[in-house]
Amino acid sequence: MADVNRGAAIVGIHEHITRYAPDKSELQLQGESIIKALDDAGLTKKDVDGLLTASMSIRNSGLALADYLDMSPKMVDNTTVGGGSFEFHLSHALNAIASGRINCAVITYSTLAKSGGVSVGTGGVSRFGHPQLDPSPDSFEELYGLTTVGLYAMIAQRHMHLYGTTSEQLAEVAVTMRKHAGMNPEALFRNPITVEDVVRSRVISSPLHLMDCCVITDGGGAVVVASPELAKNCRHKPVWVLGAGEAVAHQGAGKRDLMYIAAKQSHEPAFAMAGVTHKDIDMAMIYDSFTITVIETLEDLGFCEKGEGGQFVSNGRIQLGGELPINTDGGGLSSNHPGMRGLFLLLEATRQLRHQFEGTPRQVPDCKIALCHGTGGALGSRHSGGTVILGVD
Amino acid sequence: MPEWNKPLPTIVGETKPYWDACRQGRLLIQKCDKCSEFQFYPRGICSNCWSNDIQWVQASGKGTVWTFTVTYQNRTQGFNEGPYVLALVELEEGVKMFTNIVECEPGAVEIGMPVEVTFARANDRVSIPYFKPAS
Repeated sequence: MADVNRGAAIVGIHEHITRYAPDKSELQLQGESIIKALDDAGLTKKDVDGLLTASMSIRNSGLALADYLDMSPKMVDNTTVGGGSFEFHLSHALNAIASGRINCAVITYSTLAKSGGVSVGTGGVSRFGHPQLDPSPDSFEELYGLTTVGLYAMIAQRHMHLYGTTSEQLAEVAVTMRKHAGMNPEALFRNPITVEDVVRSRVISSPLHLMDCCVITDGGGAVVVASPELAKNCRHKPVWVLGAGEAVAHQGAGKRDLMYIAAKQSHEPAFAMAGVTHKDIDMAMIYDSFTITVIETLEDLGFCEKGEGGQFVSNGRIQLGGELPINTDGGGLSSNHPGMRGLFLLLEATRQLRHQFEGTPRQVPDCKIALCHGTGGALGSRHSGGTVILGVD
Repeated sequence: MPEWNKPLPTIVGETKPYWDACRQGRLLIQKCDKCSEFQFYPRGICSNCWSNDIQWVQASGKGTVWTFTVTYQNRTQGFNEGPYVLALVELEEGVKMFTNIVECEPGAVEIGMPVEVTFARANDRVSIPYFKPAS
């Protein structure tokens, strides 16, 4: 296989700061984000020849977006594997650019989950608006009242049973995200919370409390990915894609141990391609749909042993100033979770690698290498895992 | 009998024997004649060796709770009133299936608890398997 390490770089980013946008369309949010991300890069519409997007609501969203913005890309990728789709998109953009098929790709996403009143985590079967269950697997699952929260809660329950993980350890994740959100003026919730606040919030699906669950917001954003040659002339120094790995995990005909998540498979190729080890990672963006997601992901990415995630996230280790700062924007638990959050992992990692917050507590000092791991779908049934490792010279 | 207000399965050729058996109070799973692997949910292909030599076998109906959650919030009709127990039960044959634990206080459910199948009649065509504490 050709070595695609540093075969492409993130050169432009934009996060639509809105958390509530009832007066806009999803395509408008995407269009506005793309325009600003290209401006951030110092590139224009004519430079873009690859378009990657996923949507919870727009049918054939890549096609719809190309139409809306009158674009004729040479490559369109509509990979939709849940919230972590955008780590897959970056992996695909890297391949397309490194192979010479395209020079510049835009990855974008937006949603109106909040203003549309979508019950992302607790809608059950109605969250997808299906008039009728699919013959399988829905007809063997949705009969029993599955929710997204419930599927993660079942993994949390077994994690506690097997490893002695506590509600207080889960709460540490939420408390840390809130602390980070306090440094992010755009975050939805910024007031500090305590472990006690989390474990005293109402139970949504045991053992997960309200504050173990991510927020629901509107939002959008875009990432511009360019070839090394194009990146040379961009405004910011390139944030190189050093490595990428993709995986799925599912029930395996009822026989798979779902305590091991897709991150276990996706991280190895990403680290191998990047040629780095866990000790080299200065900060990580870990998809935090729920507090348990972070604990399980850190274990299966190999930052700690299986079952030790609860201890790992305690004692300030994942805070800014700690050994491995995680989700320095406040994460899905406090900053934003517009239905799918994978794109926002790439945005904050890029900001950290650009040292955009230099001189403030939000900046990870000497940040040179960052890891992003997106999870999509649900840990308790079937899900995707996309790991990307980014770095600067 | 009150009208069934929860979701109902969509039944097609590859899953019809399962639902026919449920209506008769029997829980079927599949076993591949080529590789001898069990599988759940039912499907028209052996997911392990990809053969189509699949046999239906009657499960003992006994298993243990592999994991569970007491769900307090679900906006789906039929699940929006009061807490219920969503669980993954591991059958004696070694496959796990989603279910609800019924005939039991939600607070009494724990991982490893022995359970057995029971069926609820939804309508003339469909009965749905649930699990209750083993007798």
